Amino acid sequence: MGRVVMVTGVSRHLGGRFTQLLQADPDITRVIGVDVVPPKHDLGDAEFVRADIRNPVIGKVIAQAEVDTVVHMAVLATPLDAGGRAMMKEINVIGTMQLLAACQKAPSVRKLVVKSSTAVYGSSPQDPALFTEDLEPNALARSGYAKDSVEVEGYVRGFARRRPDVTVTTLRFANFVGPRVTTPLTSYFSLPVVPTVLGFDPRLQFVHERDGLEVLWTTTLDDHGGTFNIAGDGVMSLHQAIHRAGRPALPLPQPAAPWIGQALRRLGVADFSSEQLRFLTYGRVVDTTRMREVLGFEPRYSTREAFDDFVLRQGLRGPLSADTVEAFEHKARDVLGVLRVAPRGGADA
Amino acid sequence: MPDARVIPIDKGEQPPRRTAAAADAVAAGASRATGERARSRRSNPLLDEPAAAPDETPVETPEWERRLAGALAFVRRRLTGDVEIDEFGFDPELTEHVLLALVRPLYEHYFRVEVRGLENIPGEGGALVVANHSGTIPLDSVMTQIALLDHHPAHRHLRMLGADLVFQTPIVSELARATGTTLACNADAERLLGKGELVGVWPEGFKGIGKPFAERYKLQRFGRGGFVSAALRAGVPIVPCSIVGAEEIYPILGNMKTLARLLGLPYVPVTPTFPWLGPLGLVPLPSKWIIEFGEPIATEDFPVGAADDPMLVFNLTDQVRETIQHTLYRLLMARRSVFF
Repeated sequence: MGRVVMVTGVSRHLGGRFTQLLQADPDITRVIGVDVVPPKHDLGDAEFVRADIRNPVIGKVIAQAEVDTVVHMAVLATPLDAGGRAMMKEINVIGTMQLLAACQKAPSVRKLVVKSSTAVYGSSPQDPALFTEDLEPNALARSGYAKDSVEVEGYVRGFARRRPDVTVTTLRFANFVGPRVTTPLTSYFSLPVVPTVLGFDPRLQFVHERDGLEVLWTTTLDDHGGTFNIAGDGVMSLHQAIHRAGRPALPLPQPAAPWIGQALRRLGVADFSSEQLRFLTYGRVVDTTRMREVLGFEPRYSTREAFDDFVLRQGLRGPLSADTVEAFEHKARDVLGVLRVAPRGGADA
Repeated sequence: MPDARVIPIDKGEQPPRRTAAAADAVAAGASRATGERARSRRSNPLLDEPAAAPDETPVETPEWERRLAGALAFVRRRLTGDVEIDEFGFDPELTEHVLLALVRPLYEHYFRVEVRGLENIPGEGGALVVANHSGTIPLDSVMTQIALLDHHPAHRHLRMLGADLVFQTPIVSELARATGTTLACNADAERLLGKGELVGVWPEGFKGIGKPFAERYKLQRFGRGGFVSAALRAGVPIVPCSIVGAEEIYPILGNMKTLARLLGLPYVPVTPTFPWLGPLGLVPLPSKWIIEFGEPIATEDFPVGAADDPMLVFNLTDQVRETIQHTLYRLLMARRSVFF
């Protein structure tokens, strides 16, 4: 018998791509996508249920279709998408509770995959350089996406205790970049001049959307339970990333940073929560040993390759793009060549 | 997972060319230094053509020009973000060629640092250097870093452990990460030692660096011995390091406690020149420095689980502390003057 997979949050880019991916797999007979808004992309042969996961109707869908695998991707990162922070919290936290309640009642469910985020670790100057999966962060997330993710993971742990027969996999992803994905961070790097916090150069890690999809797909099929950090190899510093996007950085003193963040948010340019600001001040790097050794997953793109691919495919260009700088270097060298020849010529004459 | 199952993840997109791109990057990295030079010569072949003997070409290519071309390439790599940092944020290129280069004159000509016992630092593999802390601002750690990079035969980078205040403070935080410092916690210390890095720790912390001049060369409490358990877990030797001269660079006569509390700093010192002479008071006194690395204390012979034995950890901490204290007394006895 083939497997029946239910995916939440299919109307967004990653969810849509993931649904297409699952249909191409011969082991999976049915794919059921769930979201509150109709999908923007073609979901192929997948069935789409327009429902709010906060609604008990989800339980009926799971029972009728005898869903055996649930992939929960509907944790939103941006209040703008959800229509306000209150709504975002509602969808993220209450939605997860309802979904898990429905899963708990359904004996057919054997596997749960949750797309979480490394944001659960927070960012602070008192944390070790690398977060491992079992590390308790010093400063717990107090707001926004990070807090939602922490709460979602809490409910997922509760579910895993109550249904020990279900394999539960929580994937904590570093920031997604890639040809199409848009996140608060990708809009941030697309600003013409990128504001940074003066005197801080945080370390960042990225995961390419392709690698993210691959690991979601393999964990959906495998039976590896547990929590895993997912990120590309290596790290980049914030200024390095800004320069690779060809953008000039604009360092602002720390007290002014929240103010600028708020202004940007009000303009709708980029979504800056206080959590995001802490991330852009102190950075965050996770240890991916468990991803490699237990999941056996090797990302195809390193952090830097993923970011370069994002810059290339989304066509980011600026005064500091590699070719502009290189042209300038050649010009400078030519000028120096002239300088070098001139005095010698004078001496000869 | 069977290999046969191939699912088009990159549907409708160009497949990534990791191998080719990576190979290019490696090739570019390897030939960068030589490539830059070659291109700089090639750019103007007619002008470079020597009028007389062709043998003169290598002599004619002035050193400064090659250096300039190198500097230009360096600036380009910086501007385009073509640099590699490790997971702790350490940027070896920036550290060696810019940040340490700025303070090297201080090391060579101002403090005239004399290094002893470099043979006690292993040429490769992990080791934990434990040193006394003093001098109001942590110049002693920077000088130890230069000593090991410039004068050790294996030119080793010292990866230092710093207090969380370091990572809260703007600019200091950025410089600390770039020069290879990370937070003083067991997780980071063990990770670095496990990677075979040379790790430096100043367990006295602010108690040592901000102590009054009257208490110079009297070692403060050595933390809670966390560094010893990190070394025990990693099974690496502990190398005691004694630094003489740093105590005299900014003699602390008093502490402006109220101001310190306002600024969120552990202390704001009053020295013979600061704050009386304004910015001039920031110039350190030109004391003569000696950095001596002592006999390493081996830790691999201890039984498994020794790191969790508090008594053993305390004893070992005391042993390291006593060794440094006695070495300091010996060096001070032999010292002719503070400045020579």
